[in-house]
Amino acid sequence: MIPGPFTYHRPESVQEAVRLLGELGEEARPLAGGHSLIPMMKLRLATPEHLIDLHGIGDLKGISREGDHIVIRAMTTQHELLASDLIAASLPILHETALLIADPQVRYCGTIGGNVANGDPGNDMPGLMLTLDATYELQGPEGRRSVAAREFYQGAYFTALEPGEILTAVSVPVPPAGHGYAYEKLKRKIGDYATAAAAVVLTMDGGTVATCAIGLTNLSETALLAEEAAKAVIGTSLDDAALKRAADAARAIMAPAGDGRGPAEYRIHVGGIMVERALKRAAARIRAA
Amino acid sequence: MASPAKKLAISLTVNGQPVDGLVEPRTLLIHFIRESLQLTGSHIGCETTHCGACTIDMNGMSVKSCTIFAVQADGAEITTIEGIANADGTLSALQEGFRQMHGLQCGFCTPGMITRAHRLLQENPNPTEPEIRFGIAGNLCRCTGYQNIVRAIQYAAAKLNGVEFREAAE
Ligand SMILES: Cc1cc2nc3c(=O)[nH]c(=O)nc-3n(C[C@H](O)[C@H](O)[C@H](O)COP(=O)(O)OP(=O)(O)OC[C@H]3O[C@@H](n4cnc5c(N)ncnc54)[C@H](O)[C@@H]3O)c2cc1C
Ligand code: FES
Ligand code: FES
Repeated sequence: MIPGPFTYHRPESVQEAVRLLGELGEEARPLAGGHSLIPMMKLRLATPEHLIDLHGIGDLKGISREGDHIVIRAMTTQHELLASDLIAASLPILHETALLIADPQVRYCGTIGGNVANGDPGNDMPGLMLTLDATYELQGPEGRRSVAAREFYQGAYFTALEPGEILTAVSVPVPPAGHGYAYEKLKRKIGDYATAAAAVVLTMDGGTVATCAIGLTNLSETALLAEEAAKAVIGTSLDDAALKRAADAARAIMAPAGDGRGPAEYRIHVGGIMVERALKRAAARIRAA
Repeated sequence: MASPAKKLAISLTVNGQPVDGLVEPRTLLIHFIRESLQLTGSHIGCETTHCGACTIDMNGMSVKSCTIFAVQADGAEITTIEGIANADGTLSALQEGFRQMHGLQCGFCTPGMITRAHRLLQENPNPTEPEIRFGIAGNLCRCTGYQNIVRAIQYAAAKLNGVEFREAAE
């Protein structure tokens, strides 16, 4: 289990990292926490000739509030997300989701940038970022640009990142005070990727759902935004009929592969259940407040 | 441009001692620790980031050293199981707890378990049982069923907090 040979680079600025990526071309990859990339390199599913380690770049660390957005720099680890009071107070669903990722050792290393840029449908952050309508800040040879998470994912391991670009930050609009939220993840054991998972953020007005967004993890080639499912509950009191309509609408867009976590039919079935549970728990949080 | 096979010089601190090494970029930290430094307490169980047998403490974090390149440890402060005993050579509270509470059977997972528990108790000196179980979720044990590992960590926490731990091993 030894990765193929590569040349190691440790730039000290984003500009230098982008320059290196541009010069070295297709065979160069950024290295963030390494907890998706190194396992792939050991299996020789990835054989980059150059690794650009982003750990030397101070600019890529930190969490801050900028107006009505929380800006999380790419190299912020899942452990750091969990330790952040700002995240716990203003984006509690991100805290809840990070706790469901892997195990303590992986969370000390794995970064938010790596998790969202990886393009693996099994990663938990992309579905959440679709739900929260986050924006990704990218920097490349042509300069900077912003891409909505909802426009970013094109296929398994296929994203809007252009060659030579790195993701520098994730910017998340702060959901309104008093919103309800839940991330429901079915997994075979602690530390496993999702068999199926659903993220819900909603607001209520006098007992009925006013706004709602639903995201799905590991139920297709990419994370999905379940727009019809969200529409199915807006204006309802989340009665059983509305929950069922939402689960069915979400199931209609799921297209998971069958794998060790179960055949496609099973994953679609439990995917709908994750949607129902997340909706109920999000609403219960509002009612309890 | 450096070639991929060219070795890179690294300097780090391992168990309080300064260490220099020459490593290929692709050398995994666990291989450097076991083969170059001959510190064979950290084990290789799975090599796929699942079992935690290779867990070490690096810059105040528990990490699986099979999933980090040795070059990335340049400048790091590392503690392995060989550095866990008290300075005078007596067993640390955790080591004593694992012995008293029968926290091991074959012992293969133990170096990783103790190194992980060491960091857990630094971050949370008084963990509840669920917090211990959640905190060691990245370390697999094929023998014990975890009960006595949890007790061993509770024993160590009590000892470090200066209170008596009464529960017996199963
Ligand atoms: C045992 C185990 C269990 C896991 N379970 C889960 C789980 O349940 N849920 C989950 O979501 N994840 C899980 N993971 C994955 C983990 O969260 C990874 O850390 C994460 O997917 C990738 O983050 P990273 O920082 O390690 O990125 P890396 O592995 O370093 O990089 C991943 C990919 O993204 C690219 N990349 C990284 N950063 C950037 C950037 N800033 N700009 C552009 N490209 C970039 C890299 O080039 C690479 O292609 C698990 C991992 C392991 C080993
Ligand atoms: S050998 Fe590193 S996690 Fe198993
Ligand atoms: S004691 Fe044998 S694996 Fe834990």
